[in-house]
Amino acid sequence: MIKLASEAEATLSSFYEEMRDKGAPRLRAAAWAAFSEFGLPNRRVESWHYTDLKTAMSRPAPLATASRAALSLPRAHDSLRFVTLDGVFRPDLSDIARLPEGVVVQSLRDALAQGEPHVMSALASADSGAQDSVLALNAALMQDGVVVQIAPGARIERAIELVATTSAEAEQSTYTRALVTLGEGAHASLVETLSALSAAPAQDNSALLLRLAPNARVELVTHLSGGVDHSIRVASLLAHLDVGAMINSFALVEGEGLNRRQIFVRLDGEGASAAFNGATLGRGRLHADTTLIVDHAKPSGQSRECFRNILDDQSVGVFQGKVIVRPGAQKTDGVMQSKALLLSDQATMNNKPELEIFADDVQCGHGATCGRLDKDQLFYLTARGLPRREAEALLIEGFANEAMEPLQDEQFKAFLSDRVSAWLSRRISR
Amino acid sequence: MLEIKDLHVSVANREILKGLTLSVKAGEVAAIMGPNGTGKSTLSYVIAGREGYEATKGEVRLSGENILELDPAERAAKGIFLAFQYPVEIPGVATMTFLKAALNAQRRARGEPELQTPEFMKRVKEAAASLGIAQDMLRRPLNAGFSGGEKKRMEILQMALLQPRLAILDETDSGLDIDALRVVADGVNALRAPERAFVVITHYQRLLEYIRPDTVHVMAQGRIMRSGGPELALELEQRGYQDYIAQEAA
Repeated sequence: MIKLASEAEATLSSFYEEMRDKGAPRLRAAAWAAFSEFGLPNRRVESWHYTDLKTAMSRPAPLATASRAALSLPRAHDSLRFVTLDGVFRPDLSDIARLPEGVVVQSLRDALAQGEPHVMSALASADSGAQDSVLALNAALMQDGVVVQIAPGARIERAIELVATTSAEAEQSTYTRALVTLGEGAHASLVETLSALSAAPAQDNSALLLRLAPNARVELVTHLSGGVDHSIRVASLLAHLDVGAMINSFALVEGEGLNRRQIFVRLDGEGASAAFNGATLGRGRLHADTTLIVDHAKPSGQSRECFRNILDDQSVGVFQGKVIVRPGAQKTDGVMQSKALLLSDQATMNNKPELEIFADDVQCGHGATCGRLDKDQLFYLTARGLPRREAEALLIEGFANEAMEPLQDEQFKAFLSDRVSAWLSRRISR
Repeated sequence: MLEIKDLHVSVANREILKGLTLSVKAGEVAAIMGPNGTGKSTLSYVIAGREGYEATKGEVRLSGENILELDPAERAAKGIFLAFQYPVEIPGVATMTFLKAALNAQRRARGEPELQTPEFMKRVKEAAASLGIAQDMLRRPLNAGFSGGEKKRMEILQMALLQPRLAILDETDSGLDIDALRVVADGVNALRAPERAFVVITHYQRLLEYIRPDTVHVMAQGRIMRSGGPELALELEQRGYQDYIAQEAA
């Protein structure tokens, strides 16, 4: 038998006992075994070096129970929205009745109960958890979520938005998992909205699995917000791209508490292309970790990562990015860039870009910088009449904009710009 | 308009301006000429209010008001404009966004209503057209990847929009070919007005063939060494600055 190391892990084990018969027992058992082997990661686990989850999660909050809260969620996007609240999919808050042709949506719970082989294999894809114990924990304890299947060739005009949020008054943990599959040549826009409406510190572990068939295309915007001191959010994204598939994504991270976003991308077909960009707006004691592994498994793939960390107060930013080019993945073209802007003496940035290249005919580069607002730029703007704080705001906005530039959808861009502006106005007014 | 008296300025504990006195009247174009390293840019920075350029003695008055205690934005709102020798690149900030923010910040500071987008666009487009600035440049990030000539035109565009009382042109001619120089000079000349003063800082007489100064001041070793009319510029062109450097050494 595997011996669990800590009290926290014993509590998690009791959660597993509770969840093991809630569908997909074999998948859960394998994931639990993977988790148990490593347990909660501490700083000695290289990929978690800057985020000590073991200490942060020394006392796991009770598993969320289905809330029947009748609440109205404001809409940020003109989207088809699917809501998971306190760990449970809520059809009453979702646009289940007006699905366009080519889109099938069900709750994860139903999907697990039905056990359709291709859905099950996508949910349990080999990537899901073997490498990362926290992702494995998500698979072992998954409570609910959404499964979206987009038919081959479908062109979905409206964005599909996956919302996972919490409203409970007491501390709780949620484990949610969403799957979106795009059939061959399908095109769609996705929004992943992870927020918290409750004032109690939640522990949310979510995973979004994206599977793109050949020549499928998706634009994805992720927005992480909410949280309080001592809340914990680990949001994993697994993307699997077949031949010629393309993903263009941007993530905005703000709010408070401990946040870890981990992205595992596999370009598993020739000519696949992936862009993962993002910006973090850090204030207070936000801890925002973005850890990314881009795995080029086939030739002629392209990957672009551009991350901007804007860190005020005592906030902490982490960027760990690794681009792997497998043997045979010739003609890979990868550029990874992480830049941080420190707005306070107490803010911290940890930057760790890496390349692992096992092919000889590739073009890969990375860059990481960390600095303060440029004095020449500030003087220039103030000499034109912008008060100091407004000049800073304009420069910060420009810094964030650079990562947003590749987004195509104007609606998304406007939404994100508004979020950045709102963050900056709070900074100007205090 | 501009009264500078016995101005001493230190940068990083080194005295650069050593008792500079200069007076520029409304409507006047004053040229300041002098060799490299004599403090011409320091003078422009200290008038605009750059951090780290500390006046240790003396005063700078704009229409009678001492401006040395004001921050750069306040000075800009009072009508001081510095056309930079090296305009700064601001990636990620669209030129149009910047122009509107700057103009409206100044208007707010003066208690004037902000310009609404249609009126603002109209003014920008007119100014851009007269300076040969293409519309698509206004959508690009400010100065990012612009050529030397484009950057200088953009400075003049800003000046035209902001309508300052006192404009300081710091080596605006540097890096310009003759056509660009003409465009820039035309832009400046179009703004000459009885209520506006210009301080034109340059090494060379060439710029002054296009922007005819009312007064010429020779600056060397941190002071104005001599003042005169336009003929002084021609004399400098022939004789160079050695008289003034020698004078200092003697």
